[in-house]
Amino acid sequence: MEKSIKKIEEHALAELKSVFAGKGKANREIVEALYTRFLGRKGEITRLLREISSLSPEQRPIAGQKINELKKKIDGDFKKALGKIDAMAEGEEEALDVSLPGRAPEAGSLHPVSRISARICDIFRRLGFDIAEGPEVENDYYNFEALNFPANHPARDMQDTFFVSDNVVLRTHTSPLQVRVMEKQPPPVQVIAPGKVYRCDSDLTHTPMFHQVEGLLVGENVSFGDLKGILASFIHQMFDERTSLRFRPSFFPFTEPSAEVDILCVICRGKGCRVCSRTGWLEVLGSGMVHPAVFEHVGYDASKYTGFAFGMGVERMAMLKYGIDDIRKFFDNDSRFLRQF
Amino acid sequence: MKISLSWLKEYVDTELAADKLADALTMAGLEVETVSDRYEYLQKVLVGRITKATPMEGSKKLQLCAVDIGGREISLVCGAPNAREKMLCAVAIPGAELPGGLVIKKTKIRGEVSEGMICSGVELGINGDGSGIMILEGDYSPGEKISDALSLSDMVLDIDITPNRPDGLSVIGIAREIAAFENKPLKYPRIGSFLESEKSGKNDQTISDLAAVRIEAPDHCPRYAANIIEDVSVGASPFWLQDRLISVGMKPINNIVDITNFVMMEMGQPLHAFDLDRLAQSRIIVRKAGQGESFVTLDGKERILSDETLMICDGEKPVAIGGVMGGLNSEIESDTRRVLLESAYFSPKSIRKTAKALGLNTESAYRFERGIDPCGTLAALKRAAALMVEISDARLVNGTLDENPKPFQEKTIHLSVRESNRLLGVDFSGDEMAALLESIAFSVEKKEDGDLSITPPSFRVDVHRPVDIMEEIARLSGYDKIPETFPAIPGQASLPGKHRQTREKIKTRLIGFGFSEAINYSFVSSESCDLLNMAADDRRRDVVKILNPLSSQQDIMRTSLVHGMLETVARNFSRQSKDLKLFETGKIFMAPTESMVAKSDGQAKNAPLPEETEMLLCCQTGLRFHRAWNQKEVECDFYDMKGVAEGLLTSLGVEGVSFSALSDKEEDRGRYIKAGHGAGISLDGEFVGLVGEAEPDVLKKYDISSPVFIFEINVDLLGRSVPDIKETAPLPKFPSVSRDITVIVDQQIEAARILDAIRECSDELAEDVQIFDVFRGAPIPEGKISLTFRVTYRSSQRTLEDEEATMINKKIADALMKMFNIDLPV
Repeated sequence: MEKSIKKIEEHALAELKSVFAGKGKANREIVEALYTRFLGRKGEITRLLREISSLSPEQRPIAGQKINELKKKIDGDFKKALGKIDAMAEGEEEALDVSLPGRAPEAGSLHPVSRISARICDIFRRLGFDIAEGPEVENDYYNFEALNFPANHPARDMQDTFFVSDNVVLRTHTSPLQVRVMEKQPPPVQVIAPGKVYRCDSDLTHTPMFHQVEGLLVGENVSFGDLKGILASFIHQMFDERTSLRFRPSFFPFTEPSAEVDILCVICRGKGCRVCSRTGWLEVLGSGMVHPAVFEHVGYDASKYTGFAFGMGVERMAMLKYGIDDIRKFFDNDSRFLRQF
Repeated sequence: MKISLSWLKEYVDTELAADKLADALTMAGLEVETVSDRYEYLQKVLVGRITKATPMEGSKKLQLCAVDIGGREISLVCGAPNAREKMLCAVAIPGAELPGGLVIKKTKIRGEVSEGMICSGVELGINGDGSGIMILEGDYSPGEKISDALSLSDMVLDIDITPNRPDGLSVIGIAREIAAFENKPLKYPRIGSFLESEKSGKNDQTISDLAAVRIEAPDHCPRYAANIIEDVSVGASPFWLQDRLISVGMKPINNIVDITNFVMMEMGQPLHAFDLDRLAQSRIIVRKAGQGESFVTLDGKERILSDETLMICDGEKPVAIGGVMGGLNSEIESDTRRVLLESAYFSPKSIRKTAKALGLNTESAYRFERGIDPCGTLAALKRAAALMVEISDARLVNGTLDENPKPFQEKTIHLSVRESNRLLGVDFSGDEMAALLESIAFSVEKKEDGDLSITPPSFRVDVHRPVDIMEEIARLSGYDKIPETFPAIPGQASLPGKHRQTREKIKTRLIGFGFSEAINYSFVSSESCDLLNMAADDRRRDVVKILNPLSSQQDIMRTSLVHGMLETVARNFSRQSKDLKLFETGKIFMAPTESMVAKSDGQAKNAPLPEETEMLLCCQTGLRFHRAWNQKEVECDFYDMKGVAEGLLTSLGVEGVSFSALSDKEEDRGRYIKAGHGAGISLDGEFVGLVGEAEPDVLKKYDISSPVFIFEINVDLLGRSVPDIKETAPLPKFPSVSRDITVIVDQQIEAARILDAIRECSDELAEDVQIFDVFRGAPIPEGKISLTFRVTYRSSQRTLEDEEATMINKKIADALMKMFNIDLPV
């Protein structure tokens, strides 16, 4: 009996092994057939169990136990084999060419001017500035007069103006927002105003429409030093800490003292290159302390309040950030350009 | 303004190199834009030695010369009488551009190759000798650049003088600034005291015997002074005078005119010289012109004047437009013997108005309109008169005519030291401030309380208020001395406004949908309304015109974003970009309505402005998805664009949206949409936008031959319906059951109507209805369409039984049949 058990065990394992040894496919059907052959109702194990009756009563339990152990073992081996076949079958599906491109959702892009404008606004919002917007077609009063550009003053020549009528212009800067905001609210004021502005000028470095961000901060004891502090903080966030600033005297009718703000050329770091016209500096901001005449126009007490204002061209910043050399690209809307952002 | 360093050094002993000086001026607020050597043009003029000079056959003058220009010999033809062998001379080689505009090229003269030109001093613009070639005496080596050999270098600074600083519009003005920051004395030009004595007029005649001045418009002309110079001989100016004018970009004319220009550049006071013998009655009357009066200016142009124009007249007629330009009828001519020299102060406003009205921008008007030194009248007059006496060998008539009906009033400004420090964020003492101000000729008096009483010099016409003086203090001490600080205001920014938030949300979503943002110009062609087929009474035809457009292509403010976007599409097509998904948000502008005008209060500052409306435009053309190996190439269609509209509105949380075929009225808004291919978008019944395919005839006008789909919406109106925050709905607890309803209807019936009907007649258990399938063609009869709807039923209380759902579904189907007279599928 014991011999038979041993023989069946060897036989079954050999058969199972041969299934995997050959070059032919390890077939689930073959294994299942073998399973039936050994473990089926009419299989060899069942046959062995029947033969127990022919043994002596003492031997029966021992043989029974042995047969059952064998049954368990073979059952386990076969199930393992089937699992292996299934796994192999799966692996047998054709391999993917993973180098082919995937199905990417098409993403659009935000215009570089919008991107930079948003970045500027984000930085100033973190510095505590609100955001205001206003009309692009403006009254002379807001665009010029209240900003201390008197009628018939040469200062008006500083900005080539598009006229809609004698009294209405396309705003030449975002500065009218200073007046509109101060007319509406008492101090303190801390606001920036992004938007489109227009000047009748068109060449390599000028487009008749461009974007500015204006800033205004008014309160008690606001000083020129504060203006320097805020703008330095902005420039360091916009570019980096290494970008130093240079304030130099200039003239804007609505600020006094007025300052042009140059930053160390972000391309050559001050060594002098084409972008900075070999000066090492880039002019990026106009700024100054709010002129008392402007306060008088909006009814602020100029003896109590002081403030500063600044303005910058968004395209100029975008050109520096993205290395764009021709301002006209911004409004040409070439999709090959737009998609790069 | 251009200023040469050599001229500047006449008045201040600066040792700074040009670039350092430029930096210092820039940091003092006088921005130097460029620094260039005025002899830059001599780069291709070399020292040469004539090695051989052979007279040319058939010519008395011409010689064929071989010239050593250092290491090589060139051959050239020279016509100068003084050219000799072994002589050192200046040779311009091909590529050189000489002051007269002559460009040297390799040529052939009488069959001989000529590879350059031997130049005279005049030709080189370095001296006044034009009699023959310039002979170089001394130890020069051939090949050396002439500018190196003769140390010819004079740096010219081009300074951008801001409108507030007219005192910087002269060489002395700039020298004064340099003297201040270099702490050096300013050297004024020597004006001979001989004016009143030596070399003066014959006998005892005085100026008042010869001429008279009367000012009839003192507001326009507060001061008018004149001298008379007799026995002048008009001719070319000496080289030094011409050279000064050339160095700052002015053209020499004759000695008398050159002297007036020289003194204007030197001292900032414009002058004018009249031929006294051409002034009727030998008198000057300063008055306003008659309205419509005409006058011929020096440039030969006839000008029509207004009664605001200030004229300089003689006893009979106008002879100059005061401060702007002289007249042809009294100009200095070669036979002029007696000159009446004018030095006046004209009101800046008056000059500005006149110059603007006449479109005349002269150096003189430029200075007067910004404000010259009101006390500089006589000094400049004397300086010029002395130069005329000296240069044209003339005589000055005794005395000066000086009408001054409105004398200059000095102003004194009180400056609080504390306020100044507070505004600047510094801590200067009164003494420190005083020292800075005194360096630029401000007179400062220290008061008992420590504050300062300040009288600015007359030429600082920009200084009126204490803050003007604070600026000077900051400027002179250097902005870099002011420490960086932070304002003590509590920063409390509020959230961006709703409108801004809406715009940002829209942009974010559209980018996610694959659209790229474009920014088109706000101005478009006035033809755009016609190109877009706008109806005659379309509000968008109330355009805002630009009075001074750059071109007819940009002569109105846009009333639709479509025009600019179609131009962008066409431009991209021409660059082979045919698959486009673009959007733009921006304003459109409509002229104010009559009611807006009627409502205005008449105040200039509140004059009605155009109506500005923010719009969104999306535009799609070409393939739905980019070409790829794993997806079919499909052209986009109406439903892609509508899907974008729906997707955007849904994701913004907007409710009450409906799309419907453009009605007659709405069609007017969308005449650039192909008939039957457009839908109006309404929000709670209000028209807010549209979506559709652009009319091919319209596209043709833009040279676009492929279909373009458009979605536009009024962002201002849309923004009102975008919720800040939408409350979430509870998640269902029980499973849903779906049932389909298929109907076959006339294809004219809009699917949305059936959808609405299903929603209406289903009870609360019907949670959602979707159009599941649309089918046309056999076996569906012609003219009919099969629509399948999938209704999802769910109860919030319990699990629905299948039978229950089926029953409700049948009820709905029955109701539809009655409502639409429709067939159910067999």
